[in-house]
Amino acid sequence: MKPLQSVDDVVIRFAGDSGDGMQVTGSQFTNTTALAGNDLSTFPDFPAEIRAPAGTLAGVSGFQIRFSSSDIFTPGDAPEVLFAMNPAALKANIADLKKGGMLVVNQEKFTQKDFEKAGLTTNPLDDGTVDEYRVVKVDMARMTKEAIEGLGLGTKEVDRTKNFFALGMAYWLYNRDTSSTEAWIQTKFKQPFVEANLRAMRAGHAFAETVELFETRFEVPKANLPPGTYRNILGNQALSIGLVVGAQKAGVPLFLGSYPITPASDILHQLSGYKQYGVTTFQAEDEIAAIGAAIGASFGGSMGICTTSGPGMALKAEAIGLAVMTELPLVIIDVQRGGPSTGLPTKTEQSDLMQAMYGRNGEAPVAVIAASSPTDCFEVAVEAIRAATTHMCPVILLTDGYLANGSEPWKVPNVDEIPDFKVNFRTEAEGFKAYLRDAQTLSRPWVKPGTPGLEHRIGGIEKAEGTGNVSYDPKNHELMVHLRAEKIARIEVPDLEVIGDPGELLLIGWGSTAGAIRSGVEMARSRGYKVAYTHMRWMNPMPKNMASVLRSFRKVLVPEMNMGQLARILRAETLVDCISVSKVQGQAFRVGEIVDVIVKHSGGRATSVPERNMRTEA
Amino acid sequence: MSNEPGQTLVPRPTLSKKDYMSDQIIRWCPGCGDYAILAQAQTVFAELQIPREELVIVSGIGCSSRFPYYVSSYGFHTIHGRAPTIATGLKVSRPELSVWVVTGDGDSLSIGGNHTAHMLRRNVDLQVLLINNRIYGLTKGQYSPTSEEGKKTKSTPFGSVDHPMMPLAFALGCDASFVARSVDIFTVQQRDVLKAAYHHRGTSFVEIYQNCNIFNDGAWDQLVDKQVREERCLFLENGKPMVFAGGTKGIKLNGLRPTVVTLGEQPDGRTITADDCLVHDETDPFLGAILARMDYPEFPVPMGVIHRKERPTFDGQMNAQMEAVVAQKGPGNLQGLVTGRETWKVG
Repeated sequence: MKPLQSVDDVVIRFAGDSGDGMQVTGSQFTNTTALAGNDLSTFPDFPAEIRAPAGTLAGVSGFQIRFSSSDIFTPGDAPEVLFAMNPAALKANIADLKKGGMLVVNQEKFTQKDFEKAGLTTNPLDDGTVDEYRVVKVDMARMTKEAIEGLGLGTKEVDRTKNFFALGMAYWLYNRDTSSTEAWIQTKFKQPFVEANLRAMRAGHAFAETVELFETRFEVPKANLPPGTYRNILGNQALSIGLVVGAQKAGVPLFLGSYPITPASDILHQLSGYKQYGVTTFQAEDEIAAIGAAIGASFGGSMGICTTSGPGMALKAEAIGLAVMTELPLVIIDVQRGGPSTGLPTKTEQSDLMQAMYGRNGEAPVAVIAASSPTDCFEVAVEAIRAATTHMCPVILLTDGYLANGSEPWKVPNVDEIPDFKVNFRTEAEGFKAYLRDAQTLSRPWVKPGTPGLEHRIGGIEKAEGTGNVSYDPKNHELMVHLRAEKIARIEVPDLEVIGDPGELLLIGWGSTAGAIRSGVEMARSRGYKVAYTHMRWMNPMPKNMASVLRSFRKVLVPEMNMGQLARILRAETLVDCISVSKVQGQAFRVGEIVDVIVKHSGGRATSVPERNMRTEA
Repeated sequence: MSNEPGQTLVPRPTLSKKDYMSDQIIRWCPGCGDYAILAQAQTVFAELQIPREELVIVSGIGCSSRFPYYVSSYGFHTIHGRAPTIATGLKVSRPELSVWVVTGDGDSLSIGGNHTAHMLRRNVDLQVLLINNRIYGLTKGQYSPTSEEGKKTKSTPFGSVDHPMMPLAFALGCDASFVARSVDIFTVQQRDVLKAAYHHRGTSFVEIYQNCNIFNDGAWDQLVDKQVREERCLFLENGKPMVFAGGTKGIKLNGLRPTVVTLGEQPDGRTITADDCLVHDETDPFLGAILARMDYPEFPVPMGVIHRKERPTFDGQMNAQMEAVVAQKGPGNLQGLVTGRETWKVG
């Protein structure tokens, strides 16, 4: 038995060709890690092309997982173990590997031909590229082939099982139980592939156990999480379930209109399997039809939902305005990706904030809420439906590719403990007017067609307050513009919560940067820097204490994966001279980058004169 | 309507055409063909006794799309070209409602062409009134996708080079299950067509030629004027031979092509009677394709139901699938969904 060394925090990355099954390997490792009781955070990173030419840089697909015995909030800055299935995967990922880290390579793919495909002129294993790492060369192809001999599989099919060989090695290395993956293989594949994949995984495990390549194996103790039942969950999964729960809490059927788009499609896939929960999914002919159908369903008394990403949001703008005008509940989910135009479909970004806040013709205020972690997607989904149904308005819910495909353990909530917010459809004909408003929320009555005596017409033309009839009256238009804005402003939003040292330096973020900002601030504070952070969930309306919080700090930094969209909005709304910390690389902030910017703005302060121009920090 | 034991079922009062008129002032131009179409629709609603609360008119943008405001029912005046999408979402989620889409040639064939195509192929159970005046009225007179080539309009002072589309041939290309044509001033025939549309399960696509007396006055006169309509329109009756011009002319098939024949004795001595003419079969999509392409002046323009063949509706199948899943799996257990399959316990 090799020595078992206990470690607290591990980051590993699997990288290979798009066809190498790295995403499967990563998610299986993740599930097993979750069941072992670690806290974890994952980051799948894959190309937009389904199968780029094999062996090229364009085709490299990666899956990073960090797991820990304590609470963690990011998938980690740099892996200490990298599985590289070919030279392209090595080239694309080696710079991220920690110095002294372990590099496991699939030896058979390191031939002259493979170097050429990866755009290399020399063998990276002996040209100095990997000198600072512990290199473990494994002949995965040969051993996999031997392990599954006799099953009558062709070369290609044999090749497809070697990711399970790699997974088996990783399981040995971190002392993992393979039973969950074994069960998964049984349900996922047919014979002889069940047997082939099982044998490949066991061969990898046995190989790691017997050879002298690994000196030690590691064990990450269980994380000290609050008591409860846990599951591992992806952001898009949590969001889908949140929508189902939200609609049930509102007591209305859920109707999803959607057009497939990366990285939102998985929500459509998932909800399409939930018919037994009263969920109707409609794959529309385009983005506009998707939201049109959702609006039609909301008019009919369902909770209309649509899911999309940035380009789809652009197409939906006019229809969102219709929902604003007709004051119907609607939730529009934008899983943001790199833009503009087609941009970076599989990479993350936060550059649709302005589009969500202001991207419509006319004065068209929309409530905007943003999820901060994969599990938070559940809560914001419920919250979005609550706001949409109680205020009769469209709500835009922002997540991004990083949250959508990232996963973390989730303490499963007791659904009975989530408060109901049942919709009261109006049925009383006496005194009915289509735009009669609730004194508190300003919402108009929701009436289901089919209700006798309440027949009425709505539409995109300006409405007369009260009756809802068409009105071109100048004063009425101004009144309605203000009422629609006031209605959104009246959505109850909790105050910002500030964590850390008061008065000096504040980091304010929104969306998926929460984990990196929190971890960065905690790390900087542990090194003695005076710094605090706060995170926004509701973007519109903003927390009431926003201006007073920002004004109570000497300096305010706004890290975002865009060119400073929130910083701009905060400046406009509060007149506080916020400094934008911008990263637009299709990649999340690393904790180290947040720490660096804190250090820079804490110690390196040469003058206390506030900078007046919109500044951007790289 | 539930009829609880021990309760007296109160019969609903009979609704008249007037009951379908809203209190809103109609703002179409005096002389607009839309008045006649609105009146026929309201008459038909009354003849069919559609409960007002179950009637929903959905429209897009354009002159004709003001229709919902003038009908005393539920109504939704949506955005340009998108009425089919909103109607689809409504009908799928509320299949018991009677949903009517009112649209124009620009709304349904230009900006909303995509949605029209997909509504038709899906066969959502609703009625579509495509009010075709071959012009953009609400934007004050630009050519539309059904305008004739060479048309001089505000946006085409030297004549349009756009080739017009054939709405019914397009609809059949989308495998529409009900395709019919009428004219704003053919009041009786229009009511028959609307009733047939109502009774058809699936998307009932009705093109109605309409006169825009401001921007395209007389666009259909050469077909529909009292003096010429018998000669230039072919009024279809299912199972009957295709004859027109007071029974003096008919349509025969020459190979795959229709031809106009004069009934009676021919120059070569043979006699052609109505029995020799093509017999209308609404259920035959091949015949429908021929009829949908027949246009003046080569042919008389077919009026009435060109094609009608029921097939499963989109909303019907969506809801049947949901019921089947619930029957098979039982109603979903919400806590089970949240908890999932693989969990672990802490503490």
